[in-house]
Amino acid sequence: MNFNSLYEKPVLFALAAVVVISVGTLVTTFIPLFLPSTQPVSPLFTPYTAVETEGRDIYIREGCNNCHTQTVRPMRTEVARYGDYSRPEESAWDRPFLWGSRRTGPDLARGGGKYPDAWHYRHMANPQAMFDKSNMPAYPWLANAKLDTSLTAGKVKVLGYGYDGAEVARQLAGFRQTVTAPTYPSAQVRSQVTPASLRGEITELDALVAYLQKLGRDLKAAQKPPAVPATAEAAESKNPYAGNRQAEEEGEKIFKENCRSCHGEKGAGGFGPKLVTTAHKFGGSDADLFASVAGGRPGGMPPFLPQLGKERVWKAVAYIRHLERESR
Amino acid sequence: MGNGSGNMYTADNTAQEEMRMANGARSDYIVRGFVLSSVFWLLVGLVLGLWLAAEMVFPALNLAPWLAFGRLRVVHTNGLIYGFTLAGIFACSFYMLEKLTRTALAFPGLAKAQLWLFNIAVALAALSLFAGMNTSKEYSELEWPLDIVVVVLWVMFAVNVMGTLVKRREKQMYVSLWFLIATVVTVAVVYILNNLAIPLSLTKSYSAYAGVNDANVQWWFGHNAVASVFTFPILAMFYYFLPKSTGLPIYSHRLSIIAFWSLVFGYLWTGAHHLMLTPVPEWIQTVALAFSLFLIAPSWASVINGFYTMNGNWEKMKSNYLVKFFILGITFYGLQTIQGPTQAIRALSGFLHYTEYIPGHVHMGTMGWVTMVITASMYFMMAKISGREIHSVKLANVHFWLILVGQLLFTVTLWIAGIVQGAMWKATNPDGSLMYTFLDSVAALYPYWTVRLLGGLLYFAGVAVFAYNLSMTSRSKPGTKWSAAAAARSQAA
Ligand code: HEM
Ligand code: HEM
Repeated sequence: MNFNSLYEKPVLFALAAVVVISVGTLVTTFIPLFLPSTQPVSPLFTPYTAVETEGRDIYIREGCNNCHTQTVRPMRTEVARYGDYSRPEESAWDRPFLWGSRRTGPDLARGGGKYPDAWHYRHMANPQAMFDKSNMPAYPWLANAKLDTSLTAGKVKVLGYGYDGAEVARQLAGFRQTVTAPTYPSAQVRSQVTPASLRGEITELDALVAYLQKLGRDLKAAQKPPAVPATAEAAESKNPYAGNRQAEEEGEKIFKENCRSCHGEKGAGGFGPKLVTTAHKFGGSDADLFASVAGGRPGGMPPFLPQLGKERVWKAVAYIRHLERESR
Repeated sequence: MGNGSGNMYTADNTAQEEMRMANGARSDYIVRGFVLSSVFWLLVGLVLGLWLAAEMVFPALNLAPWLAFGRLRVVHTNGLIYGFTLAGIFACSFYMLEKLTRTALAFPGLAKAQLWLFNIAVALAALSLFAGMNTSKEYSELEWPLDIVVVVLWVMFAVNVMGTLVKRREKQMYVSLWFLIATVVTVAVVYILNNLAIPLSLTKSYSAYAGVNDANVQWWFGHNAVASVFTFPILAMFYYFLPKSTGLPIYSHRLSIIAFWSLVFGYLWTGAHHLMLTPVPEWIQTVALAFSLFLIAPSWASVINGFYTMNGNWEKMKSNYLVKFFILGITFYGLQTIQGPTQAIRALSGFLHYTEYIPGHVHMGTMGWVTMVITASMYFMMAKISGREIHSVKLANVHFWLILVGQLLFTVTLWIAGIVQGAMWKATNPDGSLMYTFLDSVAALYPYWTVRLLGGLLYFAGVAVFAYNLSMTSRSKPGTKWSAAAAARSQAA
């Protein structure tokens, strides 16, 4: 056959094109589908609960993935900013995957448990009220909509999460009880953003927050808690900047950028405890305060040492001392 | 210099035109329909793009759920990829098919149905995406019922392309037709495989693939959507309309052959360059990187073919208003295909991935290469169809400069913004802690986002001039020999 005749035979040409595009497709995409090593599965990473599944679908509906990624790459600064890098096992239950391609907002893969629910309720209702430089849209309509759970059991089944409709109903009832109880730690903020008629129901925002709180949780649980870096670092346990005016001013700037959103203007209190006080919840010595800021505390205080470093943590502590003086 | 099938491009236009009339090839109204649809969706998509760009500076513009950034961005991308670009591809494909085969479309009725169904589908797509019905997979966001419509549309198109090719009168298929066939085949394969999903309800489905596999399939699709919508068909137009509007044959037929097969072969290996340093298996990333670098060669073969075609005739850049669109277009394609491969290099991806640099890359391709070539091709076709000269060469020049300057302002600003952003994310203090919070990096970008918005506005002004000029061209001028010819033809029809 004359090779040139290919250019005279359209059907043959189309078949040749199919063959040519198939090679790379087979090697890089099709064959990996059948290799278990592409998507390893580990029992350490659990499927989403019924409510988290619904929350994830709201994340998809609103297109959060167009601004937020969910993959921390194994790079030093990225791990310092967000937390441990992403493992393939973590995505095993994700259909679709939600890694994203743009970071107009920060990565969320390690967001679970970083802040209390109340933080998210307020943030979703009005991001600019918390961070005036943020360009994230406000999502007030999520708290105004009752979560539609008519398809939840079907979703969980299609996704193969391994529990049935009865379990879905049980989870939904349990979750509703938790978030609507007066003892729910974020009850106050939740009722501020939720209209009265829906306070006794599960809203779309409740589900979204539940989903956000799941992200990265399993990895954290699977890893032994690191020997609190704070204690090792705080060997000096005395603030080198104690009484240093300039450091206090720098500390104020650090506070505004990192702490104010939870602890309020000038430490007046918010989701996080009031700091204009001498009676600190986790202890008031230099070493205690350093440990709180650097290593975080249960209940929603994130560790700041990886991002801020020792120097700036001490400066923040110096600013807290300044606030204490003002409180007297 | 030129060898092989360039000869038909020097063929006398009028002789061909007469032959066409005698053949009764008469799908002009379909071409015109797709051109007008394309321009309509272009204007819509750009207004949404401007709104989107403004939201980044003024978040208060997120006025309603359907207007919120996360939903609007998807309507912008789908509107321009599927509304504007695909319609432009359909218009140019039908036009080129009839010319290059010297045969009427095999199934004009089918093409007409395709035109209607297409516009209905794009409208429904926009509405459903505004409503938040989306799968989240980029450029593949449509839910399954609309995916089925897309597949039906594609089959309609493919039947006409292949049908017309089979009954053609011109023995040799010109290079534009090869790229057309590659488009038909590649879109079909990547679109169907990436959209495989399990439906839950009419408006909701879950991907057939999980996690890493879903990511890998998605970006294999994503990159080849770029290949088969923003590259193959645009090259088809370039190879046809540049010689047509200059009367110069393409420099080298052999170069086109090599460029074609290696491009079509290489593209499918590169999807994972969108997933560098993620949990995707490292060997897939490395293969993608290698093939990304390889792609420079076939991409530049077309660039060189374009430049050498102009050799000795560069004065046409000035004397012929269309040439500069094609030459600048292929130049941006050339820059794009250098920039793209460098973005695949691990270290650079580590720095630039997720930053503004990438939308900078995207828009040089779309606002530079793709729109330059499509709008110029539309001028050419519309003048021919209406049997007259273009309404105003002066306005075409205004259009050219506005979209050129607007695009450069837009893209160069975003590259700088991306580098600033990447640097801020990586900056550390001597003690190893991070120098900037994430919010610092957001605050630093407002000036760049504002300039991008300005660039977008200039670009939009250029496109508005184009739309006006084109619609004036689509009306035949009374009292000219062109209008007489057009009248004669429409009587014959
Ligand atoms: C006035 C002109 C335009 C403006 C103002 C504009 C604006 C935007 C904005 C603000 C984004 C979001 C970027 C981000 O998330 O950071 C975007 C993304 C995008 N636009 Fe445009 N755009 C314009 C023209 C076009 C054209 C002509 C096309 C295609 C033919 C196009 C295709 C896309 C694509 C594919 C993306 C996604 C980019 C990515 O995923 O990185 N745009 N555009
Ligand atoms: C040899 C040719 C090319 C190569 C190797 C290439 C490579 C790349 C790479 C590596 C990225 C991902 C960047 C990242 O997320 O870190 C990218 C993104 C992109 N490129 Fe190219 N590029 C090429 C040509 C083009 C052309 C001609 C266009 C036409 C418009 C284009 C449009 C896009 C789009 C739309 C994206 C954004 C995808 C997203 O949503 O993230 N590219 N390209």
